[in-house]
Amino acid sequence: MIRFLAPLAIFLAVVGFLYVGLGRDPREVPSPLIGKPAPAFELPVLAQPDKRFGPVDMKGKVWLLNVWASWCVTCREEHPVLVQLAGKRVIPVVGLNYKDKDEPAQAWLKQFGNPYDFSVVDADGRIGIDYGVYGVPETYLIDGEGVIRYKQIGALTSALLEQKVLPLARTLQK
Amino acid sequence: MRGLLLLLFVFCTRHSFADEPPEQRIRQLEEKLRCLVCQNQSLADSNAELAEDLRGQVRAQVKAGKTDEQIVAYLVERYGDFVLYEPPFKATTALLWVGPFVLLAGGVAALLLVLRRRRSAAEAPPLGPEEKRLAERMLGER
Repeated sequence: MIRFLAPLAIFLAVVGFLYVGLGRDPREVPSPLIGKPAPAFELPVLAQPDKRFGPVDMKGKVWLLNVWASWCVTCREEHPVLVQLAGKRVIPVVGLNYKDKDEPAQAWLKQFGNPYDFSVVDADGRIGIDYGVYGVPETYLIDGEGVIRYKQIGALTSALLEQKVLPLARTLQK
Repeated sequence: MRGLLLLLFVFCTRHSFADEPPEQRIRQLEEKLRCLVCQNQSLADSNAELAEDLRGQVRAQVKAGKTDEQIVAYLVERYGDFVLYEPPFKATTALLWVGPFVLLAGGVAALLLVLRRRRSAAEAPPLGPEEKRLAERMLGER
């Protein structure tokens, strides 16, 4: 009996591993930054070049940092979700304008609407590297202590917001 | 004479270390690191913009006198172990490293078991008195 059952068990185990493996998105690499303090920066604010912003300015607040660029196709896809979120005024959303130029970035916001409280300019992508950005758009949920609690690689969807990000933000806001 | 040779040796090695082009070191580092945009390419091979930026970082840090370990740690801090083509051995990667050897050991054990069983099957049991007489008679008839 075991002569037949053993190969069957091995076969099923292999099928199980392959099934789980194929179902995963290889682009979603777990970020080592989760649970760590958000890397510090001080960047000029888009369209207000004399103003500067850094994560320390948000101390005590739970907020979202959304990495975007006018050249990024998926950002365009994600955009309506952010606009809708901004309309609810439940959480501050700061944009990190990644490796972009000011002019097209501002034109993009004018054309499609500006969901951000404000955006900061990371023209050469240095801060992006500090945040481990590799696939724009990316979104970070940062708590009142300045610790990164969640990272979304790729577009946020309303389902993701409702099921994951906002519930987590609400528990952090308490 | 010996002292002279030693001196020459020390001089030569020191000289070659000082002159070692960082290009080669940079290239070696870039080949060990994965580009996260096109995941099956190393930083050295990838044309992705991020890879370009990260190559810039590697180069700048080599020039700044950072060691390879420091540079690798810098990238792992930001992008995780996934940037390494050769993941470190820890609890989460133990299966990855040990798994093939466990499978190999299992295979060898199974093979030995089968071989032993087959050998004991091949060794015919000794003949009983009845069979012996029969065999002798058949042989004797020849």
